[in-house]
Amino acid sequence: MADLTTDFLGIKSPNPFWLASAPPTDKEYNVRRAYEAGWGGVVWKTLGSEGPPVVNVNGPRYGAIYGADRRLLGLNNIELITDRPLEVNLEEIARVKADYPDRALIVSLMVPCEEQAWKDILPRVMETNADGIELNFGCPHGMAERGMGSAVGQVPEYIEMVTRWCKTYYDRPVIVKLTPNITDVRKPAHAAKNGGADAVSLINTINSITSVNLDAMSPEPMIDGKGTHGGYCGPAVKPIAMNMVAEIARDPGTRGMPISGIGGVTTWRDAAEFMALGCGNVQVCTAAMTYGFKVVAEMKSGLSQWMDEKGYTSTADFIGKAVPNVTDWQYLNLNYVAKAKIDQDACISCGRCYAACEDTSHQAIAMSADRTFTVIDAECVACNLCVDVCPVEDCITMEAMAPGTTDPRTGKVVQKDYANWTTHPNNPGAVAAE
Amino acid sequence: MTSPTAPGIVAGRLSADLLTAGFADLHAPLDRHEAHVAADRCYFCYDAPCMTACPTGIDIPLFIRQISTGTPEAAARTILESNILGGMCARVCPTEDLCEGACVREAAEGKPVEIGRLQRYATDTVLTRQGHPFTRAAETGKRVAVVGAGPAGLSCAHRLAMLGHAVTLYDARPKAGGLNEYGIAAYKSTDGFAQREVAWLLGIGGITLDAGKVLGGELSLDTLSDEFDAVFLGVGLGGVNALGIDGDDHDGVRDAVSFIAELRQSTDLSALPVGRNVVVIGGGMTAVDAAVQSKLLGAESVTIAYRRGREAMGASRYEQDLAASHGVRILFNVKPHAVHADAIDLEYTSDDGTGLRGTGETMTLSADQVFRAIGQTLTTDGGLTVEGRKIKVTGAGRTTRDGVWAGGDCALGGDDLTVTAVAQGRDAALDIHAVLTGA
Repeated sequence: MADLTTDFLGIKSPNPFWLASAPPTDKEYNVRRAYEAGWGGVVWKTLGSEGPPVVNVNGPRYGAIYGADRRLLGLNNIELITDRPLEVNLEEIARVKADYPDRALIVSLMVPCEEQAWKDILPRVMETNADGIELNFGCPHGMAERGMGSAVGQVPEYIEMVTRWCKTYYDRPVIVKLTPNITDVRKPAHAAKNGGADAVSLINTINSITSVNLDAMSPEPMIDGKGTHGGYCGPAVKPIAMNMVAEIARDPGTRGMPISGIGGVTTWRDAAEFMALGCGNVQVCTAAMTYGFKVVAEMKSGLSQWMDEKGYTSTADFIGKAVPNVTDWQYLNLNYVAKAKIDQDACISCGRCYAACEDTSHQAIAMSADRTFTVIDAECVACNLCVDVCPVEDCITMEAMAPGTTDPRTGKVVQKDYANWTTHPNNPGAVAAE
Repeated sequence: MTSPTAPGIVAGRLSADLLTAGFADLHAPLDRHEAHVAADRCYFCYDAPCMTACPTGIDIPLFIRQISTGTPEAAARTILESNILGGMCARVCPTEDLCEGACVREAAEGKPVEIGRLQRYATDTVLTRQGHPFTRAAETGKRVAVVGAGPAGLSCAHRLAMLGHAVTLYDARPKAGGLNEYGIAAYKSTDGFAQREVAWLLGIGGITLDAGKVLGGELSLDTLSDEFDAVFLGVGLGGVNALGIDGDDHDGVRDAVSFIAELRQSTDLSALPVGRNVVVIGGGMTAVDAAVQSKLLGAESVTIAYRRGREAMGASRYEQDLAASHGVRILFNVKPHAVHADAIDLEYTSDDGTGLRGTGETMTLSADQVFRAIGQTLTTDGGLTVEGRKIKVTGAGRTTRDGVWAGGDCALGGDDLTVTAVAQGRDAALDIHAVLTGA
């Protein structure tokens, strides 16, 4: 069985599955249960400054997007940072860490953008013996209106400034959690790096309205007839999160910087994908909130089985392995030609490929009177839409054309050599091939 | 109370509780969540095979999608626009041979989308919650006689009324509904559904029901043709074929259809007599309905004797399995030879391609009661040309007489199914409308 142990910023954990800073990690009771269930680490729910804690709404805090059979695909929340006293949280953190020395325990923090506020809280976190801190620059609702959370994460200068204070007054690893509610995630990542951050974690939740109550004419979750945007998370956000992770992983300015991947991780495969894109570990919230802490058992067994099948003996063997293959559109090989191919034995004749291609794409699938569907190679541009809408796995595949054969659509011979847009004759800015 | 082993044809073999449980809804209705889950399995096929397989051509992918988006009323409208008896068809259609048999998920995994149950979910929503969803066109001043208030006649009458014609709907029996009311197994149409559906259908307005009038009795085709602008005959098949063997007139021998009709009209099943050992002769849906209901009334042993092999049986495999699951034994390749006081002789058959013949080998089964379910016959043709023992029609139910249309079981063509009758009644109505209005 593969070794799932991970070393992230020198913080060892028995597996790469950490619980993200969120409701599941708000108190000792939950965190102990999470560790007992097998989670490798926990990022304690965000602490604020000393004094009266924040208050939460007393109506619904969550809204959901469902798939069939009410499978939860996306979750939205308007909960704030911990609403329990700082002292209580710190005492609990110290107790839990003492009892679980082999598990990672990170403390998430959010205090005002004033040096003194950070100077006050950091030594107290230090006393808990937690393994590190995560700066919550991502929370998009409520706290942002008070100049914290994503209000900081959207201003690279603030990120750099606060990160630097933390590196000054705290001597354990500092992770900066980034908000996706920006236009270019590389900018805040650069700022974190410039401020001395040991790692970034991303993504925090996405500004969202999950639904509108059409009777009350109010966004949901609805509090006494009104709603506000919340933070979107869960399986639905994974593609957005992975793109942002990949942008940071391959950017020259941040390449090699440790990343903790967050955003819709629900299964071992999700985790493997994030890690292949450069994440040293992953953080999970919605899956645990949907299914309970036990889900980690599948994540561990699945990742372990896959690693065994692939011959990976440690997570380091595959972390970042897909990063070199993330490129810009302009570098994609335009000489690569594929055609859709329908396996007639697997086909159940639903005709979805036909409807999709005929109505919305390239009229490249023919339908016979007996409902046999065949690809017209002379029209097929290999867009993959038929594959995507086909309900039968592997019934339609994209088959690469061999170099030397002629593409019946273009009448051109498929070339063996790689050639991209930068040298394409249609590109006004093309550079002559060397 | 008697018991399943009491000899002879007696009532009260089972307790009231067992009778109630046995005759309960065969398929419990889907609730909202179940319907959404079932609807999600539909692939929304292009030019969907299920639609092609439906005699009334219901846009099945569309109505299922309407269910999945939380608008079962819109789904029902989609169904009812094609098939005004969509509620009954959802209960009685042999979906395994029609829409569900054609479903691509049947091909893919042997588990089709539950189209029948989804159709019931949608139509039940409308029948229980809403008034009649369609409105009549302006009165055309044309009057049409529809003879027979079964599926074909009801469908025809409704469409004609919707198009603005005034319809007089005649039926020989005291209640409208035809086989929906008198001829379908009770567990497929519970809680008086057939009458509820008729009442709802008549909500369109413009239809006058005149029950207890028989063609060839109170009604004559000549008079109807004189009094009305058009006539539609949906009189069904009122006769039952005889066994043509010794003992056919024995006291214990009875038509399955009359047994089923009596059962359907019974208000106290514990008062309904049934044999201890029942043998049903035949291989269609009526045979299965009679056999299963005999078992549910408490018969100790029930056997269906069918003269050909399983593959030739009119009842679908689903119906055969339903019978088997109720403890009914199905014997293939046997035909009745002679009926005695408490037994029946069956002779084995074989067919070498030149026709079915008895092999000479016989068996004897105990039989207090024998049901004939070997097909029904036309009892009144109104003087129209008959072909293949049915009223000859061409196109959308046009008979050989001008101004007279026919559809349903009495007319030539199509399977003798409720859904086929509905399609024929509807199409005849459209043709009548076209002729009457010159459209």
